[in-house]
Amino acid sequence: MVHKGLRITQGTFSYLPDLTDEETKAEIQYGIDNGWAPSVEFTSDPHPRNVYWEMWGMPMFDLKDAAAALYEVKRCREAFPNSYIRVSLYNSKLTKQTTALQFIVNRPAYEPGFRLDRQESTDRIVRYTLHAYALDRPEGERYRDA
Amino acid sequence: MPTIDRPQLFGAGEVDVLELDDDTVVNAMELVRDAGVDEVLDRVDSELVALREVKARIREIAALLVVDRLRRSVGLESEPPTLHMCFTGNPGAGKTTVAMRMGEILYRLGYVRKGHLVSVTRDDLVGQYVGHTAPKTTEVLKRAMGGVLFIDEAYHIYRVDNERDYGQEAVEMLLQVMENQRQDLVVIMAGYKKEMDRFFSDVPGLSSRIAHHIDFPDYSIGELMEIASMMVDRQRYRFGPDAIAAFEDYLAMRVTQPRFANGRSVRNALDRVRMRQAIRVYEAAGRGRRLTRKDLVTLEAEDILKSRVFEGGAYASGSSGNA
Repeated sequence: MVHKGLRITQGTFSYLPDLTDEETKAEIQYGIDNGWAPSVEFTSDPHPRNVYWEMWGMPMFDLKDAAAALYEVKRCREAFPNSYIRVSLYNSKLTKQTTALQFIVNRPAYEPGFRLDRQESTDRIVRYTLHAYALDRPEGERYRDA
Repeated sequence: MPTIDRPQLFGAGEVDVLELDDDTVVNAMELVRDAGVDEVLDRVDSELVALREVKARIREIAALLVVDRLRRSVGLESEPPTLHMCFTGNPGAGKTTVAMRMGEILYRLGYVRKGHLVSVTRDDLVGQYVGHTAPKTTEVLKRAMGGVLFIDEAYHIYRVDNERDYGQEAVEMLLQVMENQRQDLVVIMAGYKKEMDRFFSDVPGLSSRIAHHIDFPDYSIGELMEIASMMVDRQRYRFGPDAIAAFEDYLAMRVTQPRFANGRSVRNALDRVRMRQAIRVYEAAGRGRRLTRKDLVTLEAEDILKSRVFEGGAYASGSSGNA
């Protein structure tokens, strides 16, 4: 059996085909028009509990046009082509102050997926954990091309 | 390119369009009317005094963009035109005012998506230590995307005599974005003619990336008077019977003195006239005179004639005091 990998589904739109640049821009513009601040983040660790990704520059609080955010996405993609990159749109309104919309805009060409680890514990208890295959290799070498 | 006025402009567009499809013409015309292009152009005409060359150029750009849209509506694709501009002229000639207006015009014409104006100078673009410039310039460029980036005194960015100056880096980033992201922002540079010419000769490739070099001429006395009466109107004042002649005399003397800054000098002069009017009215009231509305709105000749310009040397002696 050939392992096909696993396409991770985190954030909005992750069950859809990858967004084109035009679609990404339109989504970011939707956020900006709502007064949300876009930011770009990246990581090579796909575990769903890995919530704090590296920041690609500062959040962009004073943008009027999504072209600027897309410009940063493209620059991040150039620097880390084989990483997960996501755009977050932060709603800074008092009482909200949270991420309003977040979606992945870049993923490695091949995503190896996860295996299930079992740990025997006391009294025949079994604990389960997810282990990303990618993490077996050091950062920077985690993903191969396609 | 000859000056195109609007009726001809639509005629010129139709010839092309009619061959393809009658209905499209109507739709496109509606589109243009909705955008309020005429309204913007009329406002430029009525609110800016003189500047004939500038207005003609704005009209040409508007015409090009409208025709471009008409063409696109019938499936004739063409590259969007480059609209980076350079405004040269003496202080107070209206460069900043026109740049502000340009954002709105280009927005109405659908060339930029947001139409806001980000106004910067050297300090906003150039950093103070190694590695500081690029993020700073990027930040500004990002903020301006979708609108107009106005760089005042642009020639300050690059100092050729100082090879350790970080201005070069800012210029390179600017050039790159001006070329690659033409559809995302319009860059307008402004500065005095002589300095800008030197700036362009120091930075090869910049001048050719700017499609529109517009020179702002100095105003004549008549045009300055027109500006003055517009400013007076807008601030809800009125010139008294002899005041117009007095102000004309004032301008005639002022233009020959150093540091004359066209429209800005007119504005400053009027501000000082208002102050002198205020003190006159205030003192009259103190002497128990009854004031009417007319007293509050009228600028009298004596308010103007008290100016130090008439003593013929407020500026000549190099003092920076008020005239």
